[in-house]
Amino acid sequence: MTQARTLPRWQFWTSASRLPASIWLCTIWVAVVVVVGATAQWISPYDYLQQAPLSASLPGALPGHLLGTDYLGRDLLSNILVATQTSLMIALAGSAICALIGTSLGFLAAHFGGWIDNLIMGFADAMASVPFIIFALGVLAFFGSSPLLFVFLVGVASRERYARLTRGLVLSANQDGYAEAARIVGVPSLRIYLRHILPNIAGPLIVQLTVNFPEIILLESGLSFLGSGIQPPTTSLGLMVADGRNYVAIARWLTALPGLIIVLTTLAISLLGDYLRDRFDARLR
Amino acid sequence: MISFILARLFRALVVLFLTVTFVFIVLRMSGDPAEQMLGDLASPEALEAFRSNWGLNRSIPEQFFIYVTNALRGDFGVSSADGRQVFAVIAERVPKTLLVTVSAFVLIMLFGIPAGILAAVRRESPADKAVMAGAVIGYSVPNFLLGVALIFVFAVWLRVLPSSGSSTGQHAILPTVTFAMAGAAAISRFTRSTMIDVLGQPYIVAARADGVPEWEVILRHALPNAAIPMVTMLGFSAGGLLGGAVLVETVFAWPGLGSGFVRAVNTGDLNVVQAMIITFTTFMVTINLTVDILYAVLNPKIRLQNNDAS
Repeated sequence: MTQARTLPRWQFWTSASRLPASIWLCTIWVAVVVVVGATAQWISPYDYLQQAPLSASLPGALPGHLLGTDYLGRDLLSNILVATQTSLMIALAGSAICALIGTSLGFLAAHFGGWIDNLIMGFADAMASVPFIIFALGVLAFFGSSPLLFVFLVGVASRERYARLTRGLVLSANQDGYAEAARIVGVPSLRIYLRHILPNIAGPLIVQLTVNFPEIILLESGLSFLGSGIQPPTTSLGLMVADGRNYVAIARWLTALPGLIIVLTTLAISLLGDYLRDRFDARLR
Repeated sequence: MISFILARLFRALVVLFLTVTFVFIVLRMSGDPAEQMLGDLASPEALEAFRSNWGLNRSIPEQFFIYVTNALRGDFGVSSADGRQVFAVIAERVPKTLLVTVSAFVLIMLFGIPAGILAAVRRESPADKAVMAGAVIGYSVPNFLLGVALIFVFAVWLRVLPSSGSSTGQHAILPTVTFAMAGAAAISRFTRSTMIDVLGQPYIVAARADGVPEWEVILRHALPNAAIPMVTMLGFSAGGLLGGAVLVETVFAWPGLGSGFVRAVNTGDLNVVQAMIITFTTFMVTINLTVDILYAVLNPKIRLQNNDAS
């Protein structure tokens, strides 16, 4: 670990060039998506809501509209860029909530043990026993769909996995010399957890994040596809697929392009996640 | 083994009870049912009559008791969409969902497990790489997108299969295949890694050194040992089918539980929503319990355990 931190620049590049080509491609794709996510409102050529119902057109047929326009004459490229941004933001916010709640619960379970541990883990088990999309749809049905509730729901989706993972890692870290030493010299528990244990167990938690992220994108797009997620006029990739599906016979690209972006993004992130997990495993051995 | 199964059975019942409680609490939190059902224009007398009719003027614990006893009898009230009994609405949809999910599950086992074994046995071969690539792509393509793609290819382009509805057996083909492809991808990947694990064990080396033929090593020695984790994974897969039903059935307008649930959610038909959540949970709990029992039967450590040992 210390060697990796003090790597001279030329060594960094030689180790980077040893990465497989597929990992390079995945990294580039993820970078493109992140740039789009950060800048969509400035780089999209048109306002994504601007309609021109008489000029629905094929890709490339209408000057100025690179990918053509949809059934309402909205610029498809602008729509895709903004939709990518929405989906990415929701997945990011969701992942952050997920990691925060799950990790905190894991720490609590590991710290207190006993019935609190049982309660948290029992609840996690019960949650895992119902398909989350059904739970989410039910909650949205009872309380109505609001963007805030939606992000929160997407966020709590797989927190129980974080809770389980964190609990295990903290329990074993507590046995390690450094935690023991800090405890003996009287460092308060909270400080031990945040300053000493958390940085040491961050690796596997970050890998878990990359494993979760694609699932959260798929959950968001699934719920939006069903009309229970993102509501128009806001757009997201899942909503675009749902919209375009009615025109699949005459304009398949309306579905295919947003669909392709979902697939490529989840594919790239899960390949990166697999790669990272293998690397971390090798280190741990 | 009996005590293990009893403990699991108890836990399944607890999960089911928690779900019913949760649904009850959420239902009461989401507003006054009388006003929701009768609308803003209802007279106070009508609201009062509705409340006493449905027991809503009693205390919350009493209401909960009534709710649970009614639920146990299968009485979840009437659907606000068409005034039919919720139980009847669900009962006619369950067989449709079971038809596609169970046939998909059979396909998953028929294709996923052999593909995984093949990939594990012929490691690093083109067959292995093809199976792994299929598995990764299958995992990344959301099932609703796969459904739309299949509709495009087989209904719009080739015009060989119907795209939606359920009037003939042909209508079941596309939904089933959509379910099966995603599930088979996950199962083949998991079977591969489990088999690779097992094939590296000393008893496999010993069997090979003993001159046991390769097919017998795989079928008699490796597969039974790989079966235990695979049962767990197949359980996950069955659960995934139920969750996926919501999306896949909607894509194909397949009149099962999943599409019914989505419709109830979108029209605010809360009686149907709550009953369906309980139905889904019952299925899930049954699946998990089956997995636990199979696990106990397959695993000698649990099977041969003394009843007082745990």
